[in-house]
Amino acid sequence: MTADSVPALWRLARLGYDDVRRRPVLLYPEGAVLLNDTGREILELVDGRRSVRDIAAILGGKYATDVTADVVEYLGGLAERELIRDA
Amino acid sequence: MTHDHPTTLLAELTHRCPLHCPYCSNPLDLIRAERELSTDDWKRVFSQARALGVLQLGLSGGEPLVRKDLEELAAHARGLGLYTTLVTSGLGLTRARAERLRDAGLEHIQISIQDSDDASAERIAGVSSVKQKRAAIALVRELGFAFSINVVLHRANLDRLESIIDLAAELGADRLELANTQYYGWGLENRAALMPAREQLERAHEIAERKIRQYKGRMQMLYVLPDYYEKYPKACYGGWGRVYLVVAPDGKVLPCHGATQIAGLDFPNARDRSLEWIWQESPLFNAFRGDAWMKEPCRSCEHKTRDFGGCRCQAFALTGDAANPDPVCTLTPLRRIVDAALHDAEASREYRYRGYAAEPQAV
Repeated sequence: MTADSVPALWRLARLGYDDVRRRPVLLYPEGAVLLNDTGREILELVDGRRSVRDIAAILGGKYATDVTADVVEYLGGLAERELIRDA
Repeated sequence: MTHDHPTTLLAELTHRCPLHCPYCSNPLDLIRAERELSTDDWKRVFSQARALGVLQLGLSGGEPLVRKDLEELAAHARGLGLYTTLVTSGLGLTRARAERLRDAGLEHIQISIQDSDDASAERIAGVSSVKQKRAAIALVRELGFAFSINVVLHRANLDRLESIIDLAAELGADRLELANTQYYGWGLENRAALMPAREQLERAHEIAERKIRQYKGRMQMLYVLPDYYEKYPKACYGGWGRVYLVVAPDGKVLPCHGATQIAGLDFPNARDRSLEWIWQESPLFNAFRGDAWMKEPCRSCEHKTRDFGGCRCQAFALTGDAANPDPVCTLTPLRRIVDAALHDAEASREYRYRGYAAEPQAV
C-alpha cells in the first residue's frame, strides 16, 4: 500500500453498523472487524476509484493536517488481511 | 456476571440432506422434519441473536434448501443487518430459488465439493451429485453472490489436494475452505476409513502452503489442520460459550454443533427460553466457561487462555468425561488414546454412510 495505490473493499466485505456494540463494523464471510470512527471515515471513502492520496487529501482537509502516512498504514493493515485489494 | 457478546450463529435449519457424507458434522441421531422449528421460530431466533450481538449467520443443515421458507428467513436476516452465509451442497439450487435468494438480500453462498475426481466425489457423497453442483456453482457466479467452496479432506481425497485447489479456482471461488476431517459423530464412526497417513498429510501441508501463496489476492484460502497430528488442541470455536452458538433443527441451543453427543448435559431450547437467558444464564453455556471446571494439567497450564482446554466434545467422545483435557494435547497422559487411533488408521475400512437410523443405507 502506497500513496498511489487505488484501494477497493474486497468484493465479499461490506460496511455495517452494530447497534449492540455501538460501533461501525466491517463484515465479511466468517468474520467482522469492529471499527472506530476514523476507520469508518477512511473506509467510506474507499470506492475503487480514489487513490490513497485522494482519500488522505479529503480527510486531511477536514483535520487540517497531512494524514497520508496514517491512511497508508491503516489500509495496509486491512490489505494484509485481504480485506482491501488493489482496484 | 455477563459474558462476551457472541459473534456467530450457526442455524441448522434441518438435518434432511440429499447427501450421505461419512464425515457429516450432524449428530448420529438425525432430527426428522416434523420436529424442526417453524418459520416464525427461526425469525425470532435470528432477531434475538442480533440483539445479543451476533453479526454472522450461517444458514446450514443438513441441506438448508429443503426448507421452503429459506428465502423468507434470508430476507429477515438481511433486515436485521446480519451477514448471512448459505452453507449448501448446491443440490436444489434452481435458478428461481437462486434469484429469490438474491432478491432477499443473501450475500454469500458456500458450496461443498467432495473431490476433484468426479467418481470419487460421488462415492464420498454417497449419491450422484457432481453435475447438479456444477450447475449450482454456475448460477451463484452468474448472479454475483460472494462465493466460497468448502472441501472436507480425508484419506480418499487428500492426495488430489493440488487439483482440488486448482478446480476451486477454475470454478471461480472467492474463498476456499479446506478442512481436515474432525472425528466426532459420523466422522468418529468412520475414523478408520477417513484418517489419512502421516506422509499424505505432510505432502498436503506443503501443497496448501504453496497454493495459498500462488492464489493470494485472487482466492482466499483457509486450511484447517487435522488436530490429531498437532501437539496442542484447538480452541474449539473460540472456547465454550465465548463467541459461537448453534441452534439445532429442533431448537436446541448449543455452544458447538457436536455438543449433543456429550451425555449428562441439559440442552435448553429456543422454543422455551430466550437466547439471552440461554447465553447468559443457562447451566449448559456456563458448564465449561472459565477454568474452575478444568482438571490438571489444564488448570495450571499457560495454554489455557489460548486453547481453553481444547474441545469438550472430543474429550467426552474419547475419554467419557467432558471435563478431561482434550486428548490431542501432548501434555496429558490421555494423549495415548489419540496415538492409538493414529496407529489404527493403517487398516482401510468401508464407510458407514450418514442417514436416518431406520432408513436403508444409501450406496
